[in-house]
Amino acid sequence: MGGYGDVKLLNDDGTRLDGRAIDEMRPVEIRAGVLPAADGSAYVKHGLNEAIVAVYGPMEAHPRRIQLQDQAVLDVRYNMAPFSTSDRIRPGFNRRSREISKVTAEALASVVLVERYPRSKIRVEIEILSAEAGTRCVGITAAAVALADAGIPMRDLIVGVAAGKVEDTVVLDLDKAEDNYGQADLPMGIMPATGEIAFMQMDGDLSMDELNTAIEYCFKGAADIYELQKAALKDRYDGGVSQ
Amino acid sequence: MSNLEVGAEQRLVIPGESIGDCAGKNLGSGVASTNNGTIATRLGYLKENNGTIYVVPINAAYMPRSGDLIVGIVEAVQSNLWFLDVNGPFNALLPMSLAPWKVEFGDARNHMDVGEAVLARVQEVDECHNLVCTMKGVGLRKISEGHVASVSIQHLPMVKEILGDLKIAADCRIIVGDNGRVWVDGGAEGIRLAVNTLNSISKTGHIDGAKALLEATIVGGVA
Repeated sequence: MGGYGDVKLLNDDGTRLDGRAIDEMRPVEIRAGVLPAADGSAYVKHGLNEAIVAVYGPMEAHPRRIQLQDQAVLDVRYNMAPFSTSDRIRPGFNRRSREISKVTAEALASVVLVERYPRSKIRVEIEILSAEAGTRCVGITAAAVALADAGIPMRDLIVGVAAGKVEDTVVLDLDKAEDNYGQADLPMGIMPATGEIAFMQMDGDLSMDELNTAIEYCFKGAADIYELQKAALKDRYDGGVSQ
Repeated sequence: MSNLEVGAEQRLVIPGESIGDCAGKNLGSGVASTNNGTIATRLGYLKENNGTIYVVPINAAYMPRSGDLIVGIVEAVQSNLWFLDVNGPFNALLPMSLAPWKVEFGDARNHMDVGEAVLARVQEVDECHNLVCTMKGVGLRKISEGHVASVSIQHLPMVKEILGDLKIAADCRIIVGDNGRVWVDGGAEGIRLAVNTLNSISKTGHIDGAKALLEATIVGGVA
């Protein structure tokens, strides 16, 4: 949230700079099973964001001090490739990627039946190949598909989607300019079948009415992405040959 | 039960997907009852057998059970035991007291070293996945010849169904481990036929009509 109020982000006809309506998402493409070496994998393209996720496990958790005696540990690693943005990113973990790894693991723990695998670890590697805005949401969406593809027991899928506020207007799925210069950003992780919220963060300020509108938009967007997640998983196996 | 399509074309379900009204049915693996109705918890095919609804997962990790016959690979050796990779989340212990030889303390490595394969049986599993194997039993041994192939866990029933035909076609000794590893011993051509068939099962075993296709391939000897 740059919060620069003088940047014009909405056209005179009420549409956004890229021509979308305020409750319209960027195009989304999801594919499952893209990495033969991983136990499960997924690729998601959301606007100009691209993420690829690999899931390994369940496996014995190492080092042993991270083991939990009654459930599995979700070891999530979110990483942005050095070439994912216009300025090269220094490779390796940083404060931001640690934070996103942590919140992603907590969101995924809401849907994965971790109690089925005590003392185990499920590794989720999220690699952002191209970043525009909302990479944590794209990572969560892809991770859910990859976990399902790996055969991990889950109570639901999870969809990452964001809403925000630009020029005092609540909009769905912020792009880069809106993310940088808008007034608020509300990424959410939604469990679409149950309608529960597994993850929510907010940057900037929203009134109660604006928050409700943003949540409503997020649920609308999540329903669309959920259909794509289901289609990706079913296309991979239903009547077809595994890749 | 309208959504189950029992006896019709199998239905692919994803985690969280509602599987319809299951009143009066038992819920098996991959299915759970929640406040929002009965849902699938795994990606796989929904099946019903003897009043039990369950999901046959497309991908699944091997979870050992007591009595399983497994093909393990020695991953580490200590003075009095071996650690076996059993193709599951956890390694198994094979103590020297459960080996088929008389092993002196500190002499374990001379009997079996890292990388060698064994045919063993799961003796004990506890709720924390501690796993003990034994090599004391009929047919259990160190594998010193042949080839160890892999097949997905969920396709093991199909492998067992075609095992007789495959043994005849390949003219090989084939032992199927419950952990998804298969020991094939015989001539080079036979091993190749058997391994190619097992690979085909892993790739296409979930498709309707895969079994008939495989049987035809085995008879043709060109898997």
